[in-house]
Amino acid sequence: MKPFTTIESVAAFIDEDAIDTDIIFPARFLLLLDKAGLAKHAFHERRHAPALKQPFILDRAPFTAAEILVARKNFGTGSSREQAVWCLADFGIRCIIAESFGEIFFANCFKNGVLPIVKSGEELKAIRKAAGEEQKIEIDLVDRTIRFQDGRVMAFEVDDYRRDALLNGLDEIGSILRDDGDDIVRFEERQRGRSSWLHLDPQKLSTFADLGKEKILD
Amino acid sequence: MQIGYSHDKRAYALCGVRLDGFVREDARRPGECIVTGMNSTPKTLYEKVWADHVVKSYEDGTDLLYVDRHLVQEVSSPQAFAGLEAAGRKIRRPDAHISVADHAVPTRDRAAALRDGLAARQVERLVQNTEKFGIPYIPMRDRRHGIVHVIGPELGFTLPGAVLVCGDSHTCTHGAFGAIAFGIGASECECVLATQTLRQRKQKTMRVLLEGRRPDGVEVKDFILAVISSIGVGGGVGYAIEYAGSAVRDLSMEQRMTLCNMSIEAGSRIGMVGPDDKTFDYLRGRPLAPAGQEWDAAVEAWRGLASEPDAVFDREVVIDVSTLAPFVSWGTTPEECSPITGRVPDPAEEPDDGRRRRLQRSLDYMALTPGMPLTDIRIDRVFIGSCTNGRIEDLRRAAAVVDGHRVADHVAAIVVPGSAAVRAQAEQEGLDRIFLEAGFEWRSSGCSMCVAMNDDRLSEGERCASTSNRNFEGRQGKGGRTHLMSPPMAAAAAISGRLADVRKLGI
Repeated sequence: MKPFTTIESVAAFIDEDAIDTDIIFPARFLLLLDKAGLAKHAFHERRHAPALKQPFILDRAPFTAAEILVARKNFGTGSSREQAVWCLADFGIRCIIAESFGEIFFANCFKNGVLPIVKSGEELKAIRKAAGEEQKIEIDLVDRTIRFQDGRVMAFEVDDYRRDALLNGLDEIGSILRDDGDDIVRFEERQRGRSSWLHLDPQKLSTFADLGKEKILD
Repeated sequence: MQIGYSHDKRAYALCGVRLDGFVREDARRPGECIVTGMNSTPKTLYEKVWADHVVKSYEDGTDLLYVDRHLVQEVSSPQAFAGLEAAGRKIRRPDAHISVADHAVPTRDRAAALRDGLAARQVERLVQNTEKFGIPYIPMRDRRHGIVHVIGPELGFTLPGAVLVCGDSHTCTHGAFGAIAFGIGASECECVLATQTLRQRKQKTMRVLLEGRRPDGVEVKDFILAVISSIGVGGGVGYAIEYAGSAVRDLSMEQRMTLCNMSIEAGSRIGMVGPDDKTFDYLRGRPLAPAGQEWDAAVEAWRGLASEPDAVFDREVVIDVSTLAPFVSWGTTPEECSPITGRVPDPAEEPDDGRRRRLQRSLDYMALTPGMPLTDIRIDRVFIGSCTNGRIEDLRRAAAVVDGHRVADHVAAIVVPGSAAVRAQAEQEGLDRIFLEAGFEWRSSGCSMCVAMNDDRLSEGERCASTSNRNFEGRQGKGGRTHLMSPPMAAAAAISGRLADVRKLGI
């Protein structure tokens, strides 16, 4: 994962509540098997709507190069599809600032080098204003600050471990296997003694012995 | 202590004794009382199951949470398996995963090869991955096939007190059994495959109390739509919901699954119901459920999972279900819904700028006129199915409305059972005949027109009465318009050719 320290870019403001992950990445493209190259499907219907008066914001200069997305409430609500983050990351988006997020989308961002920031009220208004004026905004993850062209600075919050993971491009699975492997083994031993039914033994799994051999249905 | 054997703390409280700990189940003789964990804070169901699965706690307040069960499907798994393979990692516990293709599979002509090349490739990739990594794969034409959230409970893979995940947001369905069940992304699926854990922060807790007697014609789908319209699509963000109250105790397991299923539409990844005798009766004898002595031990442990009476929730919502009417959605988020007796709202009456714009956009997309009665909305298609409402009780209730009637001439209607087992049961009961004679198509199991990844989808501009869970723009096909409702309401719409109040059909 690409480490994240500081980015500076114009910010594209999407002026709408409840942008769900079906809008960000329509379901019919979920049949694709790879993470790469999905940017062309991001906001597909919005970008290709026949009644568009002007191109969708991400197709308009200078926002074609935007690394920051600004949104309203409940951005990324809905389906768990990580494609919604992959397509934005592939487009070049590294940071999304919104009043609130869908929880699964929020978690998926951190796994892909994208920083979601929660801001509301006057602070979000200031960010939207800067975005509308096509000002460059700087996001500094080291300092946890947003810096504006006029020198104003705004702090933001982010979980320590998620910040570390972004800063260092951390392989979370690798670190769990390396640092927590013994704890997992001990937990499993304890759980087998206490709640044995949570571990499926070969006898129970034998119910699947006929998979693929069973009389098939039409 | 002068009282007899009881597990109910309130009984002790009646004697003027306040207990802050757990009364252990092994207090078996009159007068005996074993109390553990005195002075600890009374716990909710969610907190108990969580505490039971903490492998370790980190300094920043997150926990490494153990995952007991993982359902694998074709859409969210290819990239997870690819990541595993690229890093040279194995599946830590192959017995903790089962897989099935549900999203992309066709619901007719199952004997033919998948016609859609991309879908065929995706399903084939799941078959290859599950063979390579050694986890069970349930084929499309197997008697156990179905939507992950329907077959998990059917197989007894879903159990009370478990932590269960799946790369699908409707995993909250399984919370109906008193499990912590939540949807995750593909990266987290990879983490579960490799480590059987996820690093998580404990959610706040919300109790949704549903009280009162359910009126005739009102379904559990109406309960959850009422909850969502009340707290909003972001209302549950950050919370694990527990549904409780007399109206929840009265529900069957299938109804509880419908209730928990749409927690995510209220913003919460997790919705739970405390397990009780109905839960145990449902699970007894299922292939992967415990049996014999292990069953007895499990039930004893499961009985201790209920939230303690004086446990404190961070937020509480109370809804009197006796006042509810059948709901339908009219907008493009699940909170945009109203009782069928209502009218399409007028954006001009909305003072908040953002909300007014959002509302106007919804009505434009849905091609609805402000102020029109909801029962004037004419439909083209009907979909009965999905992980929300594709179970046998749903089909029975819809069939009861359909019986002896005809689908309106201009309406194309399909019934897609949630699993092969549901389909077989329905056929045994003759429900397929009722639907077919009324003019419905009778299909095989899958997600179908809930997610429109196979060939069951709306055309541009078509309008559908649907028992599914999301009315997002394009959810049932590009340019399609979705109205969410219960199975009897969808059946009533099919017959009437427009949104209709099932209570007024005289059935």
